Amino acid sequence: MNESSPRHVAGHVPVLRLGDVLLVTLQGDLYDSAAQQLQQDLAETIAHSRVTGVVIDISGVEVVDSFLGRVLAEIAAQAELLAARTVVAGMRPAVAITLVELGLSLPGLRTALTTEAALELLDRPIVTPRSGGRRQESP
Amino acid sequence: MPEHEADGSPHTATPQVADFLRRRREQIAQRWADEPLFRTVFTVSRDEAVEAGKAVVDALAEVADAGRVEDPDAAGFSGVREQLARMGTARSRAGLSVTQVSSELSALWPPVDNLLLADLDQAPPEQVRTCAITLSRLLGTLRLVAMQTALSEGQALIDRQRMQLLEVATPVIKLWDGIVAVPLIGTLDSARSQVVMETLLNSVVEQHARFAILDITGVPTVDSLVAQHLMKTVAAARLMGAECVVSGIRPAIAQTIVHLGLDLGSVLTRASLADALAYCLHQLGTDIVDATPGGANLR
Repeated sequence: MNESSPRHVAGHVPVLRLGDVLLVTLQGDLYDSAAQQLQQDLAETIAHSRVTGVVIDISGVEVVDSFLGRVLAEIAAQAELLAARTVVAGMRPAVAITLVELGLSLPGLRTALTTEAALELLDRPIVTPRSGGRRQESP
Repeated sequence: MPEHEADGSPHTATPQVADFLRRRREQIAQRWADEPLFRTVFTVSRDEAVEAGKAVVDALAEVADAGRVEDPDAAGFSGVREQLARMGTARSRAGLSVTQVSSELSALWPPVDNLLLADLDQAPPEQVRTCAITLSRLLGTLRLVAMQTALSEGQALIDRQRMQLLEVATPVIKLWDGIVAVPLIGTLDSARSQVVMETLLNSVVEQHARFAILDITGVPTVDSLVAQHLMKTVAAARLMGAECVVSGIRPAIAQTIVHLGLDLGSVLTRASLADALAYCLHQLGTDIVDATPGGANLR
């Protein structure tokens, strides 16, 4: 947290800046107000600092409801408007199943297994999110 | 069940019957040992069959003592329940239907009845009648207990096998570093779908897999429910950061999917597991090339 300048500390959720990337780590239960605060803070931070990527690590989150699911999707959408790519990393199996059962498959969201994989993904020059439907170059 | 009413009239006969059973224990067991039910289950030695018969006679006597000839839950039966179940399952495993096992059980009655009649030769006809009725009821209850136990054994076996099937039918295989595959075999119902999804997602975490392949070569039919499950699994895997490939869609199934108007647009598909593996390897930056220098037919 020491590396980040004070104005990046947003509400209850700290936003760390690592070079071109903002790193947000969500832990435990996230209240609706805190989630909304984070959404606002992230938008402002991206606009100010001109980062190209946002990584949201949710490996510490055990319960995701439809609201948080929507907030994640909105964060990704607004970051896209500000020319930054968002990657959600480390979602737990139970959380993924819950979101899918809720009907929130979040098609526009980039995902990665770990924070490391997320940073790697942001390094690559692919712009479009992996949607799975496209037939990329055939092997 | 008119238990109390049934116990009413022959009530006086139960002590006599219990008495008779204890007195003739040895003979009854000897005769039962010749019946197909005992003979075929206890094949090792006749003594074993006789011992088993004695245990059953003792149980009957105890139940008669308690005056609960019509009650299959009577305490006296608990000791022989396991043995009766063993006999019942052994017979049904030998290919007998429930009716046949039941009639074999009822064949236990005539020898005992004959002994009883011989025993009560001098007794007044009224007493003979009540004793015979009590005995008949007692053996009817025995038959019920045996069938009940055998059927519940069968149910337990089915439950156990269903659990085993769930475990056996969903192995997750690591094909390469970062690539896992689940070969699905047999019909998918919602319970199995759930297990498949959970095991696949857990192994994605454990193996740090970037790619997961669902191979449905062994799935006989794909209906809208199965398709929906596939899409859910793919979406969940994607949320975790893994890409899911569905492989092994046979031509007939592809036709069915199109005819049903199912939209698998969000799912990446490949014709065979080999194709899916080649795709995943390519995405990981690994390509398989021919080792022989002359093998010119590289793709």
